[in-house]
Amino acid sequence: MKVAQYYRCMWGIFVREALRFIHQRERFLGALVRPLVWLFIFAAGFRSVLGVSIIPPYETYILYEEYIVPGLAAMILLFSGMQSSLSMVYDREMGSMRMLMVSPFPRWYLLLCKLSAGTLVAIAQVYLFLGIAWFWDVQPPLIGYVLAFPALLLSGLMLGALGLLLSSAIKQLENFAGVMNFVIFPMFFASSALYPLWRIKDSSLYLYEICRFNPFTHAVELIRFSLYGQIGWGAFFAVVGSLLLFLAGALYGYDPARGLMSRKQGGG
Amino acid sequence: MSEAALNLSEVSFSYSKRQVLDGVSFTLEPGEFCVLLGVNGAGKTTLFSLITRLFVSRGGSISISGHDLKKHSRKALSQLGVVFQQPTLDLDLSLIQNLHYHCALQGMNPSKISDRLQLAMGEIGLADRETERVRALSGGQRRRVELVRALLHQPRLLLADEPTVGLDIHSRQAILKQVRRRCHEDGIGVLWATHLVDEVEPQDQLIILHGGKVLARGSAEEIMQQTGTDSVKQAFNYLTRSETS
Repeated sequence: MKVAQYYRCMWGIFVREALRFIHQRERFLGALVRPLVWLFIFAAGFRSVLGVSIIPPYETYILYEEYIVPGLAAMILLFSGMQSSLSMVYDREMGSMRMLMVSPFPRWYLLLCKLSAGTLVAIAQVYLFLGIAWFWDVQPPLIGYVLAFPALLLSGLMLGALGLLLSSAIKQLENFAGVMNFVIFPMFFASSALYPLWRIKDSSLYLYEICRFNPFTHAVELIRFSLYGQIGWGAFFAVVGSLLLFLAGALYGYDPARGLMSRKQGGG
Repeated sequence: MSEAALNLSEVSFSYSKRQVLDGVSFTLEPGEFCVLLGVNGAGKTTLFSLITRLFVSRGGSISISGHDLKKHSRKALSQLGVVFQQPTLDLDLSLIQNLHYHCALQGMNPSKISDRLQLAMGEIGLADRETERVRALSGGQRRRVELVRALLHQPRLLLADEPTVGLDIHSRQAILKQVRRRCHEDGIGVLWATHLVDEVEPQDQLIILHGGKVLARGSAEEIMQQTGTDSVKQAFNYLTRSETS
């Protein structure tokens, strides 16, 4: 296999993911409506209740809408990562996952391409959301939009890898709804997406520790700092570490010799 | 002498404690159309999962066109075309987009793609519908697309796992005719899994798989002779009954 062939394979997977997303308009609207509802309705309603003091990276008092935008950007990545893994479980049950797996390219490469393609599609959604939020007076410095890209990429890959790991371990499509409830909602609410961690610490030290341990919290903070031109190094290392861990687990799960795939399928 | 399209030697597999394949061995030559006949649960799909490396066998060896699947999996898989039992086309993409996706997964050279796609569209007879979503095609048309797609990268071995299930008699005949022609003209080894005995012709090579074991291997005519029966159906019943009892 030559380098050009690897490139062609990657490009083909990227194009397919993009086309699928464009063709599924409901998915596109759903991905955008969810964070906008939180921004337009939830944030407006809770603006007076949930005051935010000056905390890094902010240098002045900010409106609650401004505070939750990085968390909502991360929410898009979280839902996209899980949706992508849902589609892999669906593809595996329906058969199209097999198309990918019987390609002569190494399996780790195919999974990485699929993961990266899904992440790039999710990042496009995030930028569209940030564009709409700009008109809602959430206006980070312009350089922040550029610096946010690597943060979004790392966070998206990390959450996508978690989805990939889950998809390798889930037996059937029906089991996925339960996993979503046990993963998406706890990850989102036990994080700094909607409220700063010091507020949670005031309420419960135990919950605060859970939030600090939650990789989604670090994804939110990495995006938040980068949007304001700073690097949250602690969040950076936590996100990279989680990405490597989830990725290793997912590659193990999809390895035909050792993984979980063959243990859970009946034979015909 | 050319390498065998497919060679299996003492292949075994089990799900937990349930043995699904037990010492399966056979060879398939280039240009040979071989029917793998077995009832549901005989182990056909598991065997295909092992040949496509979706699973890895604990015992035995598999080689495709002379490439060992464990040691040289990339070379082996590049010689393989597959039509799975479940449809694997992306219904939300157009016909041509599905074919392009397959070409990308095989790392095909762009200079070869357009010519082959043109030929493929002509072969399917759907050139005027190439930009339509696959969802709009009938079951038989989708199967023909899958078949042509599996051969786009010119593999030496084609695996077809019960590809005619659920299709009407005319679609089944058209697909079988198409595969036999490509097998004969291009020298492709074809392993055609089915439980429908009427898909077997007397001159076809035949493997009868039952309970994870190969009960018979030879041409359909030879097997009928050996069992003293007049049809493939009788031969199949004779062999599987004596194995069960």
